[in-house]
Amino acid sequence: MPRVVVDVMPKPEILDPQGKAVLGALPRLGFTGVTEVRQGKRFELEIPEVTDEALAQIDKLAETFLANTVIENYVVRVEEPAEEMAK
Amino acid sequence: MKIGVITFPGTLDDVDAQRAVRVGGNEAVALWHGDHDLQGVDAVILPGGFSYGDYLRCGAISRFAPIMTEVIEGAQKGLPVLGICNGFQMLVESHLLPGGLLRNDHLKFICRDQKLRIENASTAWTSAFRKDQEIVVPLKNGEGQYVADDETVKRLEGEGRIVARYVDVNPNGSINDIAGITNEAGNVVGLMPHPEHAVERLTGSGTDGLGFFTSLAEKAFA
Repeated sequence: MPRVVVDVMPKPEILDPQGKAVLGALPRLGFTGVTEVRQGKRFELEIPEVTDEALAQIDKLAETFLANTVIENYVVRVEEPAEEMAK
Repeated sequence: MKIGVITFPGTLDDVDAQRAVRVGGNEAVALWHGDHDLQGVDAVILPGGFSYGDYLRCGAISRFAPIMTEVIEGAQKGLPVLGICNGFQMLVESHLLPGGLLRNDHLKFICRDQKLRIENASTAWTSAFRKDQEIVVPLKNGEGQYVADDETVKRLEGEGRIVARYVDVNPNGSINDIAGITNEAGNVVGLMPHPEHAVERLTGSGTDGLGFFTSLAEKAFA
């Protein structure tokens, strides 16, 4: 079944306390060289068929529900089968 | 006056809010999230808690509860609505108030008696206070960091829409120490601290929170 992925990230200008906490933990764990961490959410939506209408509907639901566009940005993309197989 | 208090799945402070309404001399009406009926109340309180387990974002799922259709419609026509803590989160998710509420900057849940300054004493919910009156009420939140873009903050400040500001300590990193805001009309107020827990001497930090529950009547009979 085709899968549509919605990635939701805090807007660049919005502080991301969780990402900052993860970044802060890295040196303690011996990981160096990471200068920035931002934490977001990934939603995987399965739909029977990829159509313009279905994608428009998912865009609408991402904008109104999955993301709060006051503080977050989102990207909707169809996951390619090859990408799925590479997992 | 009849003040409705809405219970959502995961709401905690509905009973305290109902009690505060009664202590304030009003009639409390229990409202249910799944109904499409405000039962003719004169005002609505969205109480604190963890509706829907704070899943997705705090208040994001409750914002689409059936009764919110009537709340949003009413608020746009002037119905007084007070959102406390999780209720404040629902109000920003509903876009009845601008900005958003993020995880506290220090990432810890915080619970303390918090000093506030009431900077706007002319909203439907704060008219019982004097402007710049300082009060102490409990504060308890994990996601209470108020954020908004520069332009929005400038507008809120310029239009006197900061209802309450944290004094001495900023407990969660909120921009400009903002603890509560109102909409342009002054009927919708969102507040992160909990005045409903400070209405009787026996419990809580005192009775400083009572003004939020007596303001409506004072305004009506003024």
